Amino acid sequence: MFWQQLINGITLGSTYALIALGYTMVYGIIQLINFAHGEIYMIGAFVGVVAVTVFQLNIFIALFVAMTVCIIIGVSVERIAYKPLRRSTRLAPLISAIGVSIFLQTLMTLIAGPQAVGFPQVINDQLYHIGSVTVSKVQVIILILASALMVGLQLIIKYLRIGKAMRAASEDYDTASLMGINVNRVISFTFALGSALAAAGGVMVGMYFNSIHPLMGVMAGTKAFCAAVLGGIGSIPGAMLGGLFLGVAEVGGVALGYGGYRDAIAFTLLILVLLFKPTGLLGRPIQRKV
Amino acid sequence: MLCVENLHYSYGTINALSGISFQVNEGEIVALIGANGAGKSTTLLNISGLLHPQSGLIKYQGVDISKLPPHKVVEAGISLVPEGRRVFSRMTVLENLVMGAYLKKSRVEIKESIERVFDRFTRLKERRNQLAGTLSGGEQQMLAIGRALMSKPKLLLMDEPSMGLAPMLVQEIFSIAKEINQSGTTILLVEQNAYMALSIAQHAYVLETGAIVLQGTAEEIANNPEVKKAYLGE
Ligand SMILES: Nc1ncnc2c1ncn2[C@@H]1O[C@H](COP(=O)(O)OP(=O)(O)O)[C@@H](O)[C@H]1O
Ligand SMILES: [Mg+2]
Repeated sequence: MFWQQLINGITLGSTYALIALGYTMVYGIIQLINFAHGEIYMIGAFVGVVAVTVFQLNIFIALFVAMTVCIIIGVSVERIAYKPLRRSTRLAPLISAIGVSIFLQTLMTLIAGPQAVGFPQVINDQLYHIGSVTVSKVQVIILILASALMVGLQLIIKYLRIGKAMRAASEDYDTASLMGINVNRVISFTFALGSALAAAGGVMVGMYFNSIHPLMGVMAGTKAFCAAVLGGIGSIPGAMLGGLFLGVAEVGGVALGYGGYRDAIAFTLLILVLLFKPTGLLGRPIQRKV
Repeated sequence: MLCVENLHYSYGTINALSGISFQVNEGEIVALIGANGAGKSTTLLNISGLLHPQSGLIKYQGVDISKLPPHKVVEAGISLVPEGRRVFSRMTVLENLVMGAYLKKSRVEIKESIERVFDRFTRLKERRNQLAGTLSGGEQQMLAIGRALMSKPKLLLMDEPSMGLAPMLVQEIFSIAKEINQSGTTILLVEQNAYMALSIAQHAYVLETGAIVLQGTAEEIANNPEVKKAYLGE
């Protein structure tokens, strides 16, 4: 029972983690909470559905297509809605983000209709039994894919030139530009990475729950944002940990009979963690820049 | 090499520079001295592209660079050692240096530059894998200078490199600046420590509340009775 719920929780949590990474990376560099990020995840799921149904693509190719489309949308959103506001007050891009979020929800409702859309069962429903634990093939695929994406992200950030530029810019934006780094390009790249991961999360959730909806990004996005804050906003390992933590807590809560409070669990946890550790689990103590 | 003409800059309603002009000739060390709040950092930030003047020209090798973004200014050959060092504290010493060579494509060239920095600052070599945030103030200043040199600038801007350092280290930093200059890099040195700055500079300008009030050879400035009274504590 415990191990079963843990596996289920980690599966759900890894999709939260994928979305949370986008929030945390963007915040790390431009201190913006990208409220439209949940919608990128939603669009990823829809592109995935279209790819596997209309175009009859293999699910992995569909995943790749969804990630590519979302990269383009995510980067464009930054260019159109955030970049022109870069030098204004911090509230302006935040409100712009809320606007983009509502715009994308409405646009998708217009295109796909307000009802849920079925995500075809693309992975056979084979089950694996390990001791008392039962794991479905979809779960295995989600766990492997999510881990691979997160390891890939770590490698990019640690070793690639642009990844190092991201770290430098998230530590000190101005000084990074004094190194010859084109920070606009770094910001675009950050949005591209975050959007790709969110799209992957969207397709995975579609595969897992077989149903998607134009407003699915609202709750998932809010929870992933909680995960990012819980882990320490700006911290990449924090977003991963926060996502997993939240997924496990949510599934655990449901298993203990608090199914009705499913969505409240994330927010309760957030409040509790912030009460005791205001910077989040892996957040750095607040440093004031001089 | 660098020619600043009638530069105006204000932070909102706060006027920081009201039309300053000065020049830096190739091969020289030029000192820009002045009290706290005089506008020295603002001047360097305008040159390096982090700020853009409301009016005036910043000509570098004959071309106006006042509208370029910082990464283009670095590309043109100007590098800033910022006030307060601003090392990337969560990166290692080595990673900091590699960041400084961001525009260099050749690995061999980057490696050679790192070796050159390590030859000049042996203490950084010993601490190459240490996080920059754990270095002492003097070591961080050396790292900031080393990092700025990684782009092989023709013009190095230094903003109060001696700030907050022990007297021994201050001596060391100034002799390093002199060495860097002798190996072919032009330097614009901003300092409150006028005595030391004037001792290594050829020309100097004195900045007071956003305006240049005195200029001349470093010797003339150092012997000026007003300067002696205000900046050299005599
Ligand atoms: N970010 C800022 N916002 C508003 N005023 C500033 C800012 N930075 C500097 N100033 C003001 O501009 C003037 C010049 O500052 P600065 O160039 O930092 O002087 P210095 O480097 O010579 O000490 C000062 O009056 C200072 O208060
Ligand atoms: Mg200053």
